[in-house]
Amino acid sequence: MAKLTMTVNGRQVSGTCDDRTLLVHFIRENLGLTGTHVGCDTTQCGACVVHMDGQSVKSCSILAAQAAGSSITTIEGLASNGELHPVQAAFKTHHGLQCGFCTPGMVMTAVDMIRRHGGNLDEATVRAELEGNICRCTGYHNIVQAILAAAAETGGVRQAAE
Amino acid sequence: MGVEGIGARVARKEDKRFLTGKGRYTDDMVVPGMKYAVFVRSPHAHATIRSIDATSAKSMPGVIDVLDGKQLLADGIGNLICGWMIHSKDGSPMRMGAWRPLAHETVRYVGDAVAIVVADSVAQARDAAEAVVVDYETLPVVTDTLQALSEGEPQIHPEAPGNLIFDWELGDAGAADQAIAAAAHVTELKIINNRLSPNAMEPRATLGIYDAGDDHFTCYTTSQNPHLARLVMSAFYNVAPENKLRVIAPDVGGGFGSKIFIYPEEIVCLWASKRTGVPVKWTADRTEAFLTDAHGRDHVSTVKMAFDSNNRITALKVDTIANLGAYMSLFSSCVPTYLYATLLSGQYAIPAIHANVRTVYTNTAPVDAYRGAGRPEATYLLERTIETAARELGVSPAELRRINFIRTFPHQTPVIMNYDAGDYEASLKGAMEAADWDGFAARKAEAERRGMKRGIGMSCYIEACGLAPSAAVGSLGAGVGLWESAEVRVNAVGTIEVMTGSHSHGQGHETTFAQVVAERFGVPIDSVNIVHGDTDKVQMGMGTYGSRSGAVGMSAVFKALDKVEAKAKKIAAHLMEADEGDIVIEDGALKVAGTDRSVPWSQVALASYTAHNLPPGMEPGLKEGAFYDPSNFTFPAGCYICEVEVDPETGQTKIVQFVAADDFGNIINPLIVEGQVHGGLAQGIGQALLEGVHYDQSGQLLTASYMDYAMPRADDLPSFTVTTSNTPCPSNPLGVKGCGEAGAIGSPPALINAITDAIGNNELTMPATPQKVWAAVHSAH
Amino acid sequence: MYETIYHRASSVAEAANLMGTAAEGKYLSGGMTLIPTMKQRLAAPSDLVDLRHIAEMKGIAVDGRSVRIGAATTHEEVATSAALASVCPAICGLASHIGDPHVRHMGTIGGSIANNDPAADYPAAMLALDAVIVTDRREVKAEDFFTGLFETALEDGEIVTAVRFEAPAKAAYQKFPNPASRYAMTGVFVVRRADGGVRVAVTGAGSDGVFRHRDLEAALAANWSPGAVTNVKVDDSDLLSDIHASAAYRANLVKVMTKRAVAAA
Repeated sequence: MAKLTMTVNGRQVSGTCDDRTLLVHFIRENLGLTGTHVGCDTTQCGACVVHMDGQSVKSCSILAAQAAGSSITTIEGLASNGELHPVQAAFKTHHGLQCGFCTPGMVMTAVDMIRRHGGNLDEATVRAELEGNICRCTGYHNIVQAILAAAAETGGVRQAAE
Repeated sequence: MGVEGIGARVARKEDKRFLTGKGRYTDDMVVPGMKYAVFVRSPHAHATIRSIDATSAKSMPGVIDVLDGKQLLADGIGNLICGWMIHSKDGSPMRMGAWRPLAHETVRYVGDAVAIVVADSVAQARDAAEAVVVDYETLPVVTDTLQALSEGEPQIHPEAPGNLIFDWELGDAGAADQAIAAAAHVTELKIINNRLSPNAMEPRATLGIYDAGDDHFTCYTTSQNPHLARLVMSAFYNVAPENKLRVIAPDVGGGFGSKIFIYPEEIVCLWASKRTGVPVKWTADRTEAFLTDAHGRDHVSTVKMAFDSNNRITALKVDTIANLGAYMSLFSSCVPTYLYATLLSGQYAIPAIHANVRTVYTNTAPVDAYRGAGRPEATYLLERTIETAARELGVSPAELRRINFIRTFPHQTPVIMNYDAGDYEASLKGAMEAADWDGFAARKAEAERRGMKRGIGMSCYIEACGLAPSAAVGSLGAGVGLWESAEVRVNAVGTIEVMTGSHSHGQGHETTFAQVVAERFGVPIDSVNIVHGDTDKVQMGMGTYGSRSGAVGMSAVFKALDKVEAKAKKIAAHLMEADEGDIVIEDGALKVAGTDRSVPWSQVALASYTAHNLPPGMEPGLKEGAFYDPSNFTFPAGCYICEVEVDPETGQTKIVQFVAADDFGNIINPLIVEGQVHGGLAQGIGQALLEGVHYDQSGQLLTASYMDYAMPRADDLPSFTVTTSNTPCPSNPLGVKGCGEAGAIGSPPALINAITDAIGNNELTMPATPQKVWAAVHSAH
Repeated sequence: MYETIYHRASSVAEAANLMGTAAEGKYLSGGMTLIPTMKQRLAAPSDLVDLRHIAEMKGIAVDGRSVRIGAATTHEEVATSAALASVCPAICGLASHIGDPHVRHMGTIGGSIANNDPAADYPAAMLALDAVIVTDRREVKAEDFFTGLFETALEDGEIVTAVRFEAPAKAAYQKFPNPASRYAMTGVFVVRRADGGVRVAVTGAGSDGVFRHRDLEAALAANWSPGAVTNVKVDDSDLLSDIHASAAYRANLVKVMTKRAVAAA
């Protein structure tokens, strides 16, 4: 048993769990943030993607103890003041989700992807970057459209601000 | 069409909660005192259980109890059943072996549950599950579809000698044989339809809660049809009477058929909750999903297609063996029979058809409906055969199909189905234009200069969905009716709640069903709530599978809306002292046609509840229900074209374009329909290119994780070109057909036809992995 | 996952000390293989010693053509290193295709080579680059470091701290991924040094893990061109065979990936 402290969605949180507890279970069960999902056992499906210290990671393959002291952002922390994040909004506009189960991981992945590539994403890059996220509903078509649209919007905004 | 009515491209209402992490799935549920279950599962594909010793497991940290199959039997919990009776051609009923929710005598596949461990945490339950000592005596194993029927193979159920469950036929064998004998040309093929794992991204889960005070059970479960689950658990498994059992299917993360069925886990968790006195939650991990979710497909067939000298098909004869796995799952028997053989006429006028289907037990996971369910198997068989015939006859694949298209409707096939409407030429033409079929030769030549083999293939599919009518399916052996129900409840302020027996697990009911209401009353979709998935809130319903929510579920809503509209018009006429027949509904108000007199919708609703001024004799309130039982299936159809480039050095196939031209009748929301097609295509392409369940000789599952089962990823797929044409369905009031399964039904043969065209070798089985394609390239003559 | 005890080390010495007191300890770097293995209960270390926070094990140093990569450097850091790209873009390209973006944010070069998965990418690069594996105790040539499937020359408690190599004149990596796992079904790293020496290292295909293909090396040393590969026979008797790829198919992939790597170098 260990007592852990980390920052989650901008708030410092503490909790006690087994050393063997995975970050995803700490987030879901200790913190009650159930938007982060588990869809596989082999670090492949990406339903569990969160950001740790600003980078996308698979929370199913990290111990909560490893994440102690870090800053975590989950899907619940993305929208601000009730306004959808531009990537969330693009997923809605382009019907980039159906059952919604892979969606939190997809959105967190897309935000990270756009962070790294800015507005310079093309379809082939988006598809390659989605290697670690599996969706069974959408055939990815509209997810790709949503990410490209969000990249054009937010990447463009960032370039204009520079 | 209003901005939010029928036909509008409306973004989904339900998206916000999924996009912000507020979706509520079964595994998200937490109730006071809840504990966690892990199942002890058989590591052997076939064995007798000598003993189960849970003594040390029960003493481990956090363990509440360990329960086994003998206790389950002693408590009177019944067998799992198959709900569709099929009779063999000799008249004998199908031979169904017993399926215990927890095996206590014999295990028949790897993953068969033998005990449940309930503990304070999942990790503790798993620790204890490993400490349960089960003494097995292993038995010989058979996993292969064809081999199961051979002499000397292990006997899996005493009820089914030789592992044969039934030997069934449809159509006229004599007529087919005669036509084949007289044919100018006969194309013969062996067709294998590979076994698939459904892989909804949300693993199955269930939370069983027993309330001793009321002797009442609540079951949260990942179900496509909670009412059916309640009915079956009450009527057959003796879990509890229906009035003492509430089933809730909250947000469900995809189903694709695999969540239609009632599995051992939800029954056992409910029972264990009563035995232990605590709520019990179980969530599958992905390996459990691979081991125990009902698989799909797994057919081995031979086919003969006969032609006259004008290249008209004169007969089709099919012999199929279908692997149903170790136990008969809920609808396993109807998939390779009435959902398969009845579609063997495809889009073609074929005078004689005969299909013989034998189903077998093997030591593998149960096989049941998976997206398309029987129709992909029929389409793959037919469309590969006609493509092969075109190559043999030296006719273009489009021309051979055109020659044989059904062109007048209604059309009675020799295999039960009566097609009500369609225009197959239109979708063929639309697909060929969208794919620039005529420009293919130039593209092929260009690819050849780069050392790549380019190929093009098509598939003209038809499917039957919206399973119905109830009396017809009943006569074919169905154990349930296949209608749907709806209740439309107008609140006093004019907002509307619609209870539907359909269930959304990604299809977008909360939006499309609201669009149907918005269209009728001119109210915004935000004022309409769609309520589903809870047996306490919604009247009896049949759930969502077989692309039935639109054609059947929405039609029930439509009928209930008729009744609400009629009553609202009576009230409005009374309030405005006008004739009921002159009332029209426009822009959210009830108006007297041709005048400026109107009352807002909300005022009519309020009037119905204040009941101060209603027509004489009218009951207060504005709430109506309807049950809708369709008069026929719906018959979506279309043409898919796939173009590929094969790298001859590696056997890697790249899909360079995929065109889908579908006829879904009227469309409620094109955004959602396109999404359904995209998803179906990805699953069909997955079947053709990537996916396949493999067991080894001893019955171990070799593809038990995503490390070995190849799921389609974004970079395996192209962007799709999706077009629709529209011949309204005459069999339901909305004129809609189903769109959920078409993509998975039509796409595999288009892709395989394209690859075999590219490599010049027709000997290729699904999935067309790089290794297989490479071997086929190098053995092509 | 079985019970385990987590420790976080802030120096190499502390890590070694922690490991010394553990019953059946394992070092944890990015954890992208170890944690999934533990989740499936295929590994049960009593203790985990986390190396991810050890500053001295991080970073990429390029001095002329001499390269040193700290063992705790992530795949993402290698993939995006401008200094590395200027002397050996092949290793950046390799790192950019390991796993997926999320895995690359956690997984490290040291973790990968210490694990020596037969389908991992880095071992092929280390072997072809004639790299030196630096540990807290010694330096080991890659040739001597990778000793078999999941086997290395590491002794109990020994920590990989860095890798060193001289950037070659030309290098490239080509892999053909397993359609399911996306690990290398066959991956080939080719190197041509300024003196004309050639090394060809193959991962994903060998039944005993990563290996050099001497006949391909000889053919390419004589004639550095894709066509030089054509007449080399790749013996499939020591290659892996599974449901995804037979030994014969992998033998073909060895040649094709080599040819393509030479073309890309």
